[in-house]
Amino acid sequence: MIELLTQLGEKTRDSFTKLGRSSFFLMQIMAGTMDVLRRPALLSKQLYSVGVLSFFLISISGLFVGMVLGLQGYYILSNFGADEALGVMVATSLVRELGPVVGALLFAGRAGSALTAEIGLMKATEQLSGMEMMAIDPIKRIITPRFLAGIISLPLLTALFSSIGVLGGHLVGVEMLGVDEGSYWSQMQAALDVYDDILNGIIKSFVFGFVILWIALFEGYDAIPTSEGVSRATTRTVVNSAFAILGLDFILTALMFGDI
Amino acid sequence: MGNTVKQDTLVGLFVAIGIGALFFMAMKISNISGISDHESYTISAAFENSGGLKVKSPVVVGGVRVGRVVAISLDQKKFQSIVKMKIDAQYNQFPEDTSASIFTAGLLGEQYVSLEPGGMDDLLSDNSIIEITQSALVLEEIIGQFLFKDKNTETTKKE
Amino acid sequence: MAIDPPIVSIKNLTFSRGNRKIFDDISLDIHRGKITAIMGPSGTGKTTLLKIIGGQLRPDKGSVSVNGQNVHQLSLKNLYQLRKNMGMLFQSGALLTDMDVYNNVAFPLREHTQLNESMIRSLVLMKLEAVGLRGARHLMSSELSGGMARRVALARAIALDPLMIMYDEPFTGQDPISMATLVQLIKTLNVTLKLTSIIVSHDVKETAAIADYIYVLSQGKVVGHGSPEMIEQSGSDWVQQFMNGNANGPVHFHFPANDYADDLFASEDTI
Repeated sequence: MIELLTQLGEKTRDSFTKLGRSSFFLMQIMAGTMDVLRRPALLSKQLYSVGVLSFFLISISGLFVGMVLGLQGYYILSNFGADEALGVMVATSLVRELGPVVGALLFAGRAGSALTAEIGLMKATEQLSGMEMMAIDPIKRIITPRFLAGIISLPLLTALFSSIGVLGGHLVGVEMLGVDEGSYWSQMQAALDVYDDILNGIIKSFVFGFVILWIALFEGYDAIPTSEGVSRATTRTVVNSAFAILGLDFILTALMFGDI
Repeated sequence: MGNTVKQDTLVGLFVAIGIGALFFMAMKISNISGISDHESYTISAAFENSGGLKVKSPVVVGGVRVGRVVAISLDQKKFQSIVKMKIDAQYNQFPEDTSASIFTAGLLGEQYVSLEPGGMDDLLSDNSIIEITQSALVLEEIIGQFLFKDKNTETTKKE
Repeated sequence: MAIDPPIVSIKNLTFSRGNRKIFDDISLDIHRGKITAIMGPSGTGKTTLLKIIGGQLRPDKGSVSVNGQNVHQLSLKNLYQLRKNMGMLFQSGALLTDMDVYNNVAFPLREHTQLNESMIRSLVLMKLEAVGLRGARHLMSSELSGGMARRVALARAIALDPLMIMYDEPFTGQDPISMATLVQLIKTLNVTLKLTSIIVSHDVKETAAIADYIYVLSQGKVVGHGSPEMIEQSGSDWVQQFMNGNANGPVHFHFPANDYADDLFASEDTI
């Protein structure tokens, strides 16, 4: 019993230590921002590996999610004779929830895990340590560019996901099931607001991007430099990102759309 | 170094498409181009009951959308619902005796304000108040009235 | 001999990891222009010592000064300035895996200098020529053999013309030819570039061949120091066992354990 309590206490203390270390790490990342912005070439390279390489995954997923929404929405709405509202349903669910959340989950799996593995292996092969000895700050040179690239990429990818999703819903609803094209778009435009819906969705994806990158880079940087350590860190990135995304989504939704 | 150039191009393309998608969302999914705030004027109307009308509900004249509802508040003296509407500045030829009604699009659709132009020479301008209004039809009231009438006729028959 | 002050001076250094004392009050000096070897069996924290000199680890007690500056009292900015004068060759080479050989060597030049590409090119080719790998400049670092990777890392370490270079186990896991190449390379570079070299190693023969001075570490203490000849004739049993590579001597083959017979007959839940 006492042993159990001691273990619990140690676990709690360890997680606070980790939180402290990661906060300090975040501050170091932020401190490097200006230096990175002065060297756009570094950023461009990371935008490629974080953003461009996630492009197809996000586009294809967005298309299919939109098509499924079109199909399911049509069956439900046509029961009430309200199939003109299909556009509203597809767009609202994509822009407010599915775009930011599914986009972020895919991004955490695709880019987040890759970043953790990359940084973890750089640590294991002494590349980070080597840089320090070459008088180059690895946080500024390696971590911050990836952080910024991720934060820029995710909102763009989310916008892409939602837009393609709406087109996918159009493809199924209008082209295949015969919903009126005019009402698909006009009801959507009437119901969705630029600030309340679109901007809030973008803010969500920005917050998710921030958290995913923070988790992924910290797990990589903090990984135990062995094969097992890196693989565990990669798993932790995906799991913790998913928890963080879903938990934060509830809080953000309540703040933005709810009256709680 | 050709590799770097190709990479930069792809990054440029990615950012451009991403920003394009943001514009698509603003323009096509929501409606930023519709009615912007700086070229419009505000009018209000007092209704006995504004029913299910909401902020952002459309304002139409003869089926054409001319503006939207921006605020709904309660007049504490007359216990009326004051509906403020922004009307696009290009539609500025409504006579002062224009009337406003609240209708429902379809049986379960959303509610909207319909303006019915009158025949006076003076025109509605910024901060005008529409005096002739017709309240929203509340489904329960109609059903209630219908049932009540029915009972009345039944009782008269018995007598 | 003792005209110049030493480039690295370690005084009363104590460092522990957890409960284990890695260094227990050791002091040593490294002199300019010499090749100094720090030797000892695996697990004596030789790499740790290099990391302490480089300021990556902080000692519990004692001071380390490099080129007259106390490493652990410098601000981060000054520490980075000082590190430009130190090259370090990691055991794995620590080459950046997303770049080819050329860009790896150009990396510190691009980060720290404002030189234009044509000057960087000349410098990189000079450094690569010095390690004999000018022809391999388009290979990716994953395509290099261990010995080649170490030579590229060496070219990178001398790119900024440092005052001293620290070699972490340069000979481990090398075939005899690349071992001989590295031995010769370290010797030549030390003379031609007027470097100070610190070699951390447990390869006795190769290291003794080029070192001017040797420190032997064991159990967190300096157990012997002097020129290679002095070390070879050392009276200490321990040093003799290490230098000659004997299996028997003060250091035992077995990791400390309780009695063998007792252990075998113990109940099965004692693992």
